[in-house]
Amino acid sequence: MSGIPHDHYEPKTGAEKWLHSRLPVVGLIYDTIMIPTPKNLNWWWIWGIVLAFCLVLQIVTGIVLAMHYTPHVDYAFASIEHIMRDVNGGHMLRYIHMNGASLFFFAVYIHIFRGLFYGSYKAPREITWIVGMLIFLMMMGTGFMGYVLPWGQMSFWGATVITGLFGAIPFIGDALQTWLLGGPAVDNYTLNRFFSLHYLLPFVIAALVVVHIWAFHTTGNNNPTGVEVRRGSKEEAKKDTLPFWPYFVIKDLVGLAIVLVVFFAVVGFMPNYFGHPDNYLEANPLVTPAHIVPEWYFLPFYAILRAFTADVWVVMAASWITGGIIDAKFFGVIAMFGAIAVMAIVPWLDTSRVRSGRFRPMFKWWFYLLILDFIVLMWAGAMPAEGIYAMISLIGSAYWFGYFLVILPILGVIEKPTTPPTSIEEDFNAHYGKPAE
Amino acid sequence: MLKKLSIAAVAALSLTAGGALAAGGESHVHDVDFSFEGPFGKFDQNQLQRGLQIYTEVCSACHGMRYVPIRTLADEGGPHLPADQVRAYAEQTFEVFDAELDDYRPAKPTDHFPEGGDPNAPDLSLMAKARAGFHGPYGTGINQMFKGMGGPEYIVSILTGYTGEEKEEAGTTYYENTAFPGGWISMAPPLYGEDVEFADGHSNELHHEAEDVSAFLMWAAEPKMMARKQAGFVGVLMLVLLASLLFLTNKKLWAPIKGKEFHG
Repeated sequence: MSGIPHDHYEPKTGAEKWLHSRLPVVGLIYDTIMIPTPKNLNWWWIWGIVLAFCLVLQIVTGIVLAMHYTPHVDYAFASIEHIMRDVNGGHMLRYIHMNGASLFFFAVYIHIFRGLFYGSYKAPREITWIVGMLIFLMMMGTGFMGYVLPWGQMSFWGATVITGLFGAIPFIGDALQTWLLGGPAVDNYTLNRFFSLHYLLPFVIAALVVVHIWAFHTTGNNNPTGVEVRRGSKEEAKKDTLPFWPYFVIKDLVGLAIVLVVFFAVVGFMPNYFGHPDNYLEANPLVTPAHIVPEWYFLPFYAILRAFTADVWVVMAASWITGGIIDAKFFGVIAMFGAIAVMAIVPWLDTSRVRSGRFRPMFKWWFYLLILDFIVLMWAGAMPAEGIYAMISLIGSAYWFGYFLVILPILGVIEKPTTPPTSIEEDFNAHYGKPAE
Repeated sequence: MLKKLSIAAVAALSLTAGGALAAGGESHVHDVDFSFEGPFGKFDQNQLQRGLQIYTEVCSACHGMRYVPIRTLADEGGPHLPADQVRAYAEQTFEVFDAELDDYRPAKPTDHFPEGGDPNAPDLSLMAKARAGFHGPYGTGINQMFKGMGGPEYIVSILTGYTGEEKEEAGTTYYENTAFPGGWISMAPPLYGEDVEFADGHSNELHHEAEDVSAFLMWAAEPKMMARKQAGFVGVLMLVLLASLLFLTNKKLWAPIKGKEFHG
């Protein structure tokens, strides 16, 4: 499966040979976990394991929660309280699931930014990157629908605002919105289909994760230098790599355990910190909360959505050119999805021949600014859309698009990168000296 | 550099989780040192029992607690009343409508606290969590993180925040309150001090009463708090142990690769 030459599974006993000639499953597992992995991977590479753990954690806790949850507008909120008060260990299950979503997104953002810094999206890993972006989109859908299920005030009004976005699409918007909701407004039909999809999508994500892993097992992992593993022969490849088991499994587990220490501290001591208190009020279609805020992990994109108001010149221009078909609301929706789309096509926007940001002196600073931009957008998304916050959101959004559409294409041409090491072995030995013979 | 940035990201997350109150009116919520704050904080059983008395004699006239089963008053980590006392309390205090009898009957421990008498008075089951808010500074949530300031503080501040001013608008009387967003609340001051007599002779000054009933409402909203903190503590401890062992395993595993000797 892997493009890097390495030892393959050889069945030895009669039973192993019998199985292998009928179903080479042991060989598949062997080749997967023994994949040659660049030995210079740093600690930013542990988040893949954290993410895989999150997916399993959410599916397991979610399946048990679904046994006690009632997807009906009259009972949903009460059934959550039933879980919190009467189900054995129910309060822990729910708090783990709730905060598990936060950990999932925290991890995926680090994972994505790691890829952006070290150029993991560049050829030949474009498919891995695109599949990753699809997973990210699916996660957003799953997270959003999951937040609706407790049927609190933020569940209801969040659902109303976000599904309203689809209504902004010209011509088909109203029909699309009605189709999504199952009726004219957020109601029992909406809750039912969201529950159904919230249960389904994680399995779609799991399937995409298999494709994601398959893809990068074919190309081999990227690494902090961005220099490819030498693959002329097995011996050459062995100088640059170590098998995934046990070296990286154990290393990743160290990282995972440390992350989980913090996670359990949050679950045990401040489980509602990342949630919105209004969601402990049952949904009431007659009372609009003073301030509708999505979960923290949607805030940067929410800020981009709200940044493009009718008085911004690009919006006015778009509206004038299209004869009013693109209004401010639709423009905001395009911008929000566009913010993810530009990230998805980054393999073709980045023109630099050097893969890793480590050897790109100018790129580095633009990248750090992008992270700062992401944090500022997150903060602006939580603030009311008025005054200075609207301006900050607009500047932040402009930089987000500017980074992908202008800065990356130009940088590759004007920047003079430093020289990467000739091999992974050289990079590794520069850190640790030559291995003991 | 990336490490520093990740720390900044965590700090920013804790900031953005706030903002909940940013759009509301300015309200003044003051900090109270409750016994149940912090990772090791516990409910004060006597305080919860006093709070229950205040809830029963004052609040329940208008408010209900529809999600709280009466039997949980006997639970550990709560008011922890003896089972027979809970039964007597249910029977003597509340009447509930029984659909099978098609009539009212005295409550049983398995019933939930009934809904309140005033349809405009919000249910109090979850009020201490629903008003957790992010009480400053500037809606950032830092006070919640470090001082444990949340819903119970808000309730204390409401109960003690009346200025005595009243106004009438469209036939409704509003009472000025320094803690309520917007400054005017339609609930008449429920407590004045010396509203209840405690069997153990505990102080019934207004701020003591307010704190006691707030603690009780926090328990009502989060009855498994003590079990949760204990599970969290055990979880953290075991994971620290696991992380340490894995760290040493990893160090030993990589030592020959990195050309180092392992001194475990």
